[in-house]
Amino acid sequence: MSRYVIRRTAALIPVFLGILLMVFVMVRLIPGDPCLVMLGERATKAQCEAFKERFGLKDPLPVQFARYGIQILKGDLGTSISTGRPVAVILAERLPMTIELTIGAILFATTVGITLGVLSAIHQNSPIDVATMVLANVGVSMPVFWLGLMLAYVFALVFKDTPLFLPPSGRLSPGLSLPPLSRVWGLEDVEGFPRVALIFLSNSVLFNSLVTGNLAAFWDAVRHLILPSVAVGTIPLSIIARMTRSSLLEVLGEDYIRTARAKGLRERIVLVRHAMRNAMIPIVTVVGLQTGSLLSGAVLTETVFSLPGVGTQLVSAILARDYPVVQGFTLAVAVMFALINLIVDLSYAYLDPRIRLD
Amino acid sequence: MRAVAQPLTQELVLPRRSPTLEALRRLIRHRSAQVGFFLLGLMVFTAIFAEAIAPYDPIKPLPNVQRRSPPCIHLLGCPRDRPQHLFGIDGNNRDLFSRVVHGSRLSLQIGFSTITFAIIVGGLLGAIAGYAGGWLDNAIMRVMDVILAFPSLLLAIAIVSVLGPGLINALLAIGFVSIPVYARIVRASVLAVKELDYVMAARAVGASPLRLLFVHILPNALTPLIVQGTLGIATAILDAAALSFLGLGAEVPKPEWGLMLGEERNSVFNAPHLVFFPGIAIMLTVLAFNLLGDGLRDALDPRLSGRGYERR
Repeated sequence: MSRYVIRRTAALIPVFLGILLMVFVMVRLIPGDPCLVMLGERATKAQCEAFKERFGLKDPLPVQFARYGIQILKGDLGTSISTGRPVAVILAERLPMTIELTIGAILFATTVGITLGVLSAIHQNSPIDVATMVLANVGVSMPVFWLGLMLAYVFALVFKDTPLFLPPSGRLSPGLSLPPLSRVWGLEDVEGFPRVALIFLSNSVLFNSLVTGNLAAFWDAVRHLILPSVAVGTIPLSIIARMTRSSLLEVLGEDYIRTARAKGLRERIVLVRHAMRNAMIPIVTVVGLQTGSLLSGAVLTETVFSLPGVGTQLVSAILARDYPVVQGFTLAVAVMFALINLIVDLSYAYLDPRIRLD
Repeated sequence: MRAVAQPLTQELVLPRRSPTLEALRRLIRHRSAQVGFFLLGLMVFTAIFAEAIAPYDPIKPLPNVQRRSPPCIHLLGCPRDRPQHLFGIDGNNRDLFSRVVHGSRLSLQIGFSTITFAIIVGGLLGAIAGYAGGWLDNAIMRVMDVILAFPSLLLAIAIVSVLGPGLINALLAIGFVSIPVYARIVRASVLAVKELDYVMAARAVGASPLRLLFVHILPNALTPLIVQGTLGIATAILDAAALSFLGLGAEVPKPEWGLMLGEERNSVFNAPHLVFFPGIAIMLTVLAFNLLGDGLRDALDPRLSGRGYERR
């Protein structure tokens, strides 16, 4: 296993280099003079020269790329043009929202998806089965942002003044706010990476509210997370339900299941101890492969529910032509995606020993 | 599970139809393919006869209408003296039904053009990689791996940020991020058959590399390409709608479904119909391609069952 872990982790290095190169090239493909793009149309010649000198834009491209790589390794993602703040700090502020949303979505998708899949497999061709499969087909065909808007309409307007009411936008209700953890912990003068980490933790609303013991805010944050999570989770849910159904049906047809039944085991034991264990392998893969769709879905859903995450920031940076932010955020998301894929591959190899020996 | 030995009958021994006819028969009997065909037929019909079906112009504002007024359908009790607006009026005093009808044309064009682009470029790259092998194969496929290292929609968003917002750029971006899937499919089928005897025989009688590739090797890739292409159109339509929704794709006043949703997303609480109908249109179109893709996969190549949605 350890050999597989090393081999699979080492395979990430060229992928990271590729991602870095792509992000590097992408910004250099922007039509027009980089100086005019960065400084605005009214920049003078002298300003442009100084700008190019300062950012090393006169050096050969390989030199620029090497410098960019070293800069990234040091944790410097550049500086936002429109606000002048470090991109790493903006990322630390925005990422927690997206991670919380993604976790919420994956929880929703796996619990409901696997339950529905198991139910439709053990009651094959029953109304439950048919309904689940129709739902799964419709679920993968819905635009995430449309589902978000419809959910907001139903739960915030139709169910207004009922216990089912859920807030349609924002991270916390007006009037609620959480203190930065640097103040709570008396660490206001730390610099560098610890400061960015503190910003990250402070902006993880669920974490922050738990640590500071603010249960009202925690509950409020959870309620704000429900609708977006359902919207983001619906496509993965549909795929997980389909996969669970077909995988379990296949396993249930195996001889060893017949043997288990024949020796008089209760159906529940057969299902949980014998069938599900093998059926889980493809399900885990599918859950892992859905992270791409989850991250994309999170970006879209954040705009619908006005959540302060990576997606809303990315879109506004694109519209403001704030390229360092676009570059840094794209890089961060791609690296995250690659790391999640690594975890999925490793857990897959753990579940199925055959993978390690390919 | 009951297994009973069946006596060999003529039917079991001799297949009576050609494989193509057999596949077609399976496709026509496939439940989800039937629904997919029906929905797609509806969409294509709407797209072709959009001018005849749409009662109003999709772009010009109507005089004497109430902005964002709800649907008025005579059959459902709307007074006869008021003009009928099946889906209501949008924020720019236009008939939403006419816009949705015209949008079908745009969405089908978007789906087909992006995937055609991706299949041609990806297919060529995959064919070159598989046929040439060696460093060229390595170089091409590593680039494809890097593209796949990004969540596809996010990469498309980043590309649009470089190219600038607009429908054509959005389509280019979506086409570009779809390339690796097709490159992989074609490369795999080229690798699978290029050393087979019949290809060797064709080479021995002097067939040129191009002829070998296009006549003898590539037809093997057709089945997975058709299946993946159909499912790919569904994803492309969804992604294009998403880009337009974010304001990075189609520009006003184009009757693009995603754009319509984006324009009216703030009126979801006071005029929900403006968000509801374009979304339903996207969903039905995407559903049609998804169902058809499933049916095609089962009918053309049972070995592929269970794949397809894995990567989005």
